[in-house]
Parts: sequence; structure tokens; C-alpha cells
Amino acid sequence: MDNLLLNVEDLKTHFFLDDGVVPAVDGVSFHLRKGETLAVVGESGSGKSITSLSIMRLVPAPPGRIVGGRITFAGEDLLAKSEKEMRDVRGNRISMIFQEPMTSLNPVYRVGDQIAESLVLHKRMKKKEALEQAVEMLRLTGIPSPEKRVRDFPHQMSGGMRQRVMIAMALCCQPELLIADEPTTALDVTIQAQILELMQELQRQMNTSIILITHDLAVVAEVADRAVVMYCGKVVEEAPVAELFENPLHPYTRGLLNSIPRLDENVDRLFMIDGVVPNMLRLPPGCAFAPRCPEAREHCRETAPRLTRVAPGRLVSCLLVEGGAA
Amino acid sequence: MLRYVIKRILLLIPVLLGISFFVFMVLHLFTTDPAALMLGQHATNEQVAALREELGLNDPVWVQFFRFLSDLVQGDFGRSLMTRAPVLDEIFSRFPATVELALAAIFIAAIVGITVGVVSAVKQYSVFDYFSMIGALLGVSMPIFWLGLMMIVLFSLKLHWLPVSGRIDIGMEPVHITGLYIMDSILTRDWESLKSALLHIIMPATALASYSMAIIARMTRSTMLEVIRQDYIRTARAKGLKETVVTYRHALRNALIPVITVIGLQMGVLMGGAVLTETVFSWPGIGSRLVDAILASDYPMVQGSIIFIATVFVVVNLVVDLLYAWLDPRIKYS
Repeated sequence: MDNLLLNVEDLKTHFFLDDGVVPAVDGVSFHLRKGETLAVVGESGSGKSITSLSIMRLVPAPPGRIVGGRITFAGEDLLAKSEKEMRDVRGNRISMIFQEPMTSLNPVYRVGDQIAESLVLHKRMKKKEALEQAVEMLRLTGIPSPEKRVRDFPHQMSGGMRQRVMIAMALCCQPELLIADEPTTALDVTIQAQILELMQELQRQMNTSIILITHDLAVVAEVADRAVVMYCGKVVEEAPVAELFENPLHPYTRGLLNSIPRLDENVDRLFMIDGVVPNMLRLPPGCAFAPRCPEAREHCRETAPRLTRVAPGRLVSCLLVEGGAA
Repeated sequence: MLRYVIKRILLLIPVLLGISFFVFMVLHLFTTDPAALMLGQHATNEQVAALREELGLNDPVWVQFFRFLSDLVQGDFGRSLMTRAPVLDEIFSRFPATVELALAAIFIAAIVGITVGVVSAVKQYSVFDYFSMIGALLGVSMPIFWLGLMMIVLFSLKLHWLPVSGRIDIGMEPVHITGLYIMDSILTRDWESLKSALLHIIMPATALASYSMAIIARMTRSTMLEVIRQDYIRTARAKGLKETVVTYRHALRNALIPVITVIGLQMGVLMGGAVLTETVFSWPGIGSRLVDAILASDYPMVQGSIIFIATVFVVVNLVVDLLYAWLDPRIKYS
């Protein structure tokens, strides 16, 4: 595949707790092309955040550890890199923004200094030059009077402003890949749209690829090219976004899509997927979704499905889908 | 900010008034007759009565209190019954020794305490962590006078490394500039005096530091552990910063904010004269002078020392409060 930027193959990140081993990420595979936006969708605890931290090699260890798989970024094997080599990648070639803009900035340093820190580190800029560049980055993210705001402390800014600062910080070294972990979840809906638009705009300018981690299907529909749906540490479905919305193959994806409230239908109760996410310490032997799946058959509870290609660009892991069986 | 400072200084007035009242009353109610004390045991009852009248001791208590207070405001703390010298002169001649010891102790406590706390937090549950936390537990629970005595036994009497007591070898005192021997000997490049002063201060300062050091180490460890789990630490790592930079630039500064409170409080306590340490090591500071004064029922001296110590304590605390604004920009004074 040409212009491939990132390839994650059979990634396994497990957490070794006193009670046992939690397979937070269990054999996840996906890829990302240059300039593309890939959404990783799933409920809390589906392993999407741990997947992104694994790419950055920032999984909290102990108890977490990457126990298997391969992550290839621009032709380089990230899992084979030393810690020092990884530091040259982080914040420089791959950067990340997080869900909580309120707590993701260091409260005791001015936002300008926090942006400049990356530039001094990776671009070998002088402090003064880096601060000027920080002002430019703030201007790019649409913060009014950036030359003043650069001297603000995080607590003097609103959540939306802080997320803009996080974006400025993440993009200041012009990374090839931006991982955005629920970047709009903590923001007001109006601000959400602005932030998403900003990310898309900057993506066009800088030709950055984006992995967008979210549980919000509305956000996926808005910005992503392709989507990967995760459940219990595994990919259950992968498809171009339009096709995913039009024709979801996995019962879990259908459940997610059905649980979006609609204005054009009058219903007494909102749809929801029955049951809860299973205990990751005691996953069922078959399909992890089987206990909650309305269509599950007997063999679903015994045999674990595998992610299988069913059409060009469409992969699904379900025994009920034709060609999707193991 | 300036308004806040003025407000805080004005607030000191009722605090110090309260302290003066309390000290005055306690001493008034519980000390033996000062007139009898001043005249000695061979004085007749008539002589004592005359002196009582002269000193105004027969006036109502509140009259005496306000007389005491108005003297106090004018800087008149009375005269020591033992030495007949003005109490304030006595205090000021002793204060530099106390300040020097307190600064040395806080310096040792902060440097060692913060370092141990940070390393323990970064290497949580390591052998170093266990040993240092056991050490900290010993530090808070060991009586200071016992620790001091044991140090004297070991380092002075057995090993002969360090002098037993005092501030400096006799005749070695440096030229008086600040009254702090270490400072003065550095300023005058008097290296012999500096060596003597350092050898004398190391044991009392370490003994005095032990408690604060342990408190600071435990406090630093727990706040570091908390800070290290914060989102902005993950942000710092995601930037590609080295772990040491993450720890010291991003985590430590945040973790130090509560630690500074503790250091400030300890500073206030130590500045007021470390009574036990100064006594054990015959350190010529306010603390040991206070003990002498109590033993001799020298009530003006006791009164003056306590009020002075209390004043130092509240002023140091005020300074620490103001320091926060610099450390934590989220704090706005108004």
C-alpha cells in the first residue's frame, strides 16, 4: 500500500494487576495513510486510549506492558526503538492531544512557555525565537490577541481556549501524525464544532494524518475518512465512514448507531444496548459481545470470531456475517 | 497585592495583642512575687512592700496590663531581673545565633527532605523508598534531645570529630556584620572562623533538622505521587521530554506548593528558638536564654522572649503566604 504512514499489527497491551491480567488491547490491527483521518470508536474501557498510548509508547508501566505485535511508523518499527529514540518521535513526529483541556496543561507555567518548550527541544530554537513561533501557533489556532495570551497561565483561559493551546502545542513541530484522544468530549457543543473544524483546517495546511479517538459517532461522521470500531480490546469492525453509517455489519456497531437519538422519529425510550461491558479479567470464551448481542447464536458463545475482510476496505469480526466467520 | 499585604499586616495586630494578653496573664498569675525575687531572700517585708508599690504591682491587673502594653508598643520590654540589662538587648544579642541555627537546619531539612521525597516517589516501593520512609518515621518519632545527646556521644566523645557544644571556638568569632558567624566569616574571607563555625553548627543543625526533614520528605513523596498521575505530566511526556525534565521541571514545582507551607511553618517554629536543641548543645540562642530565664523566674525576660518568638512566628508565616503567589500563579491575593 503506498503512502502508508502507520501500520499497527496484532498489537497486544496487557495490564498485569494483582487480580490477574487485563488484555486492554488484544490483537488490534489497523493502518493509516498520509493525510487521512481515522476514527477509533468505542465505549469507555474498549481499549482505544490504551491503543493510542501504545503507539506513543507511553503506557503506564507497571502495570501495563506491550506484550506483542508491531507498530510501523513511516517505515520504522516503533516497538524496537530505544527510549531515547522514542523521545525524538514524541511531540515531534507524533503528537497527542487529550480529552481534558482543563488538566492537561501545567498550571504553573505560562501557555507560551509550554508551547515553546517543544520547539526548543525538537527544533533547537532559541527561547525567544520559540516564543515568537508560539505566538504564531496561537494565531493559527484562532486565539484572539495571541501576543497577549501567550503570557497567560492556563487557569486564565476557558476550556475551548486551552484545547486550542493543546492543539498549538501538538502541531508546533509539524508532526506527521496527530493522535487526538476525545479532543472535544469535555467541551460545549458549539466549541466542539469549532475545535473539529480547526483540526481539519490545520490538517489540510500541514498534511498531518489524524487518529481521532472518540465515543461520539456524530464527531466521526463529521471529520473521519475511515473508522475502526473497538470492543473489549479488539477491533470488531473497520469501514469507510459513509459505508459504516449506511450499512453497519457488526451487531455492536448497529447498536451504537441505533443509540444515537434522532429528531425525526418519535420514540418513548431511547434505544440502548442491553447489559454492560464484561469484566475484562473474565472475558467470555467466545465473542466478547455475545452476552449483549441480540442476535447471538450458540456457537457465538464458544468460538471467538476473527477480523476478516468481507469487501474492499471492509473488515468485520462476527460469526454471523457471511464470510466473517473464522 | 499591596492591599493584601497591608491587610495581612493589620491582621497581625489583634493576633499579637492576644498573645501579649495571654502571656501577661499567665505569668502574672503563676510567678512568684517579682519584688521579693529582685530583693533576694534577706529582704524584709517592708522593703518588699515598698518595692511592690514602686513597681506598680499593687495596681489593678488591667492597669498593669495596659502599662505593660504601652511600654511594649514603645519598644520597652522591661529589664531582665537576672542581668538588669534591657530585655530587648538581650534578645537581639541572642537572636543571630538562633537565626543561624534555624537557617542551617531548614537548609539541611529542605535539601535532604525534598531529594529523598522525590526519589522515593519516583522509585515508589523500591528498597530506597522503604528505607527512607522508615528513616522518616524514626525522624518524626525520635525525641530531639535524645538524638542530640546520642550524636554528642558518638561524634564528639567517641570519634572526636566534632566539638561538643557552643557556636565557635573561643577567640575565633569573625568581625560582626550580620551576626551570623557563617555569613560574616565568608564576607570577611576568614576561612579559619568559617571552619570552626561549620564544625560547631553541623550537629545541632542536623539534630534540629531531623523532625522537619522527615516531615518534608514524607510530604514531598506524597504530593509527588499525586502530581505524577496528573494529566499535564502525561502531556509533558507526550512532548518527548526526558523523564528527569518531566520530574523536576513539570512535577516538582507543582508538588512543592504544599511542601513550602510545611517548610514555612517549620521555619517559624525554628526561628523562635529551638529550646531543646539549644539547651543540649549549649547553643547561645533565644531558646536556651528562655530556659535560663524560666529557671530563674526572670519574668520580664520570659514575657519578652515569648512575645518576640510569637512575633517572629507570625511574620515568617506571612512571608510564606506571600511566597505562594510566586509559586502558584492560580493564587490571587486581593
